[in-house]
Amino acid sequence: MDLTPERYQKMVKRANPSSPLGTHCLWAFGVGGAICTLGEGLRQLYLSLGWDQDAAGSLTSITLIGLSGLFTSLGLYQKLAVRAGAGTLVPITGFANAVISPAIEFKVEGMITGVGAKMFVIAGPVIVYGLTASWVWGLIYWATAQMGWGG
Amino acid sequence: MNYLWAFVIGGLICVIGQLLIDLTPVTPARILVGYVVGGVVLSALGWYQPLVELAGGGASVPLLGFGHLLAQGVREAVDAQGWLGAFLGGFTAASGGICASLIFGVFFALVAKSRDQN
Amino acid sequence: MNRKETLVLGQGAVIRAWASVGGKKEGEGPLSGEFDLVNGENSLGQDSWEQSECQLQQQCAELCLRKGEITPKEVDLTLGGDLQAQCTATAYAMRSLGTPYAGLYGACSTMAQGLALGACLSSSCLLPQVLVMTSSHFCTAEREFRTPLEYGGQRTPTAQWTATAAGACLLSPKGEGPRITALTFGRVVDLQITDINNMGAAMAPAAAQTILRHLKGRGTRPGDYDAIVTGDLGQVGSRLLHEILEGEGLPLPNHRDCGLMLYDLQTQQVGAGGSGAGCSASVLCAHFLPRLAAGEYRRVLFLSTGALMSQTTFLQGESIPGLAHAIELEGCI
Repeated sequence: MDLTPERYQKMVKRANPSSPLGTHCLWAFGVGGAICTLGEGLRQLYLSLGWDQDAAGSLTSITLIGLSGLFTSLGLYQKLAVRAGAGTLVPITGFANAVISPAIEFKVEGMITGVGAKMFVIAGPVIVYGLTASWVWGLIYWATAQMGWGG
Repeated sequence: MNYLWAFVIGGLICVIGQLLIDLTPVTPARILVGYVVGGVVLSALGWYQPLVELAGGGASVPLLGFGHLLAQGVREAVDAQGWLGAFLGGFTAASGGICASLIFGVFFALVAKSRDQN
Repeated sequence: MNRKETLVLGQGAVIRAWASVGGKKEGEGPLSGEFDLVNGENSLGQDSWEQSECQLQQQCAELCLRKGEITPKEVDLTLGGDLQAQCTATAYAMRSLGTPYAGLYGACSTMAQGLALGACLSSSCLLPQVLVMTSSHFCTAEREFRTPLEYGGQRTPTAQWTATAAGACLLSPKGEGPRITALTFGRVVDLQITDINNMGAAMAPAAAQTILRHLKGRGTRPGDYDAIVTGDLGQVGSRLLHEILEGEGLPLPNHRDCGLMLYDLQTQQVGAGGSGAGCSASVLCAHFLPRLAAGEYRRVLFLSTGALMSQTTFLQGESIPGLAHAIELEGCI
């Protein structure tokens, strides 16, 4: 049997079934769009209750995260995500699911070493690189303002 | 009209993520990181705020909006406190989302149990 | 080539008794009626998934010994393993069984590995009564190798579904039952597959190589067997196995894959098929051994296929080494 890795990679590429791209995109569009529309509805609701723009935005995020936690704990978020793919991954509810699911999963390893330590095992990088990028942007913004280029 | 834009823009942002999953070897964890960093960059270039004004939740609910929030927070903090703001603004702006995830994480860990998918 | 690649055991080792246990999804699949025991609930009443898998092995070992009408005291050695880190499902199951024990790690190739080693020990009467067992559990595998069970993720179409199942065999030098008459230990084959969601592709070359070596060592053709069985190549791996062997001028019309037999791929949403150490073990014990005993099959070549990466090597970008061991089974005539 003399099969080179290069030739085998080509065979594997041919043998792999392709994802049903159309169905996947339709689901991602529908479910993702619906979650965003729900977010917009919540925002309008909080605005109408007299909260200012910033507070309404924060309250919307908190409500969506809570709903995501509820669906996650009932095992429903995972079931929806099997179909919706990026439609449930990309909204803030997906971030919440990535935090809350390890919290539930690793409870058996203790509240400190399980829940506490492993809660950000999936979502941690989002915070790490989000903040790093914003810090870099902050310094650039400050430097350009110092040199009188900024607005 | 606002709701329609929220649906369409939010849905399209998710479809881009789906295309990355299905057509490239990029893993979901990398897509999330990419979206947040991308949000910071788009916001820094001044391109994201108009999208938020158009689509509301359609632009702020996806993780790109989280990046936008971080960048905005840093910008305001730098305006107020100079270079120190680069250290303070990001977490301040993101505190609601991160803290809510954390609190709900602890809460649901207490009340819920790991479930079989079979 | 003087070195003996394939070991022929003369009279061979007799599989005197066997048992198979399945979980919920396995009980809903095409083989549901063939298991000795199906658990309707995958927790098996335990507090953690790790304990559930341990319980699964305990059930299976006890069933096997009962069917063989033998007490644990009479067992000379248990060879077993599982997919959990440090093989804890088996080790913890052995606490209550109490026989001498040697743990094995061969990932999903554990069943054929154990049977091959056990057959050598048993047929030579060094250790006559050898119990071989292994298991896998969907939930422990997800926790260890993938993501938390509640995490919302979409599976790629090449991903396979870890079986919640266990299989056990009791080997003896003499007695009634199907016999292990020859065996070939596999070599590690790595053709640079790095996609952890495509285990079938990572393991297919190892399976092909072991089949070729065994047939050459025995001087047989695929048609001499009623079935050539692989452990958990799934849809993608099976397709690749056929392609590789056809390239060697050796089509395999009588190939069966346990990962494709355990579930109904159309309705059960298991991606490219079943996988896990318990997949080949349970399908062997539920489907093939009873048919060999009944004389329906006379000769079967059985391979378990393993992917030998860890979470750490995967994250470090290493490719996935594949391994397959083969045992030749002869039925009761």
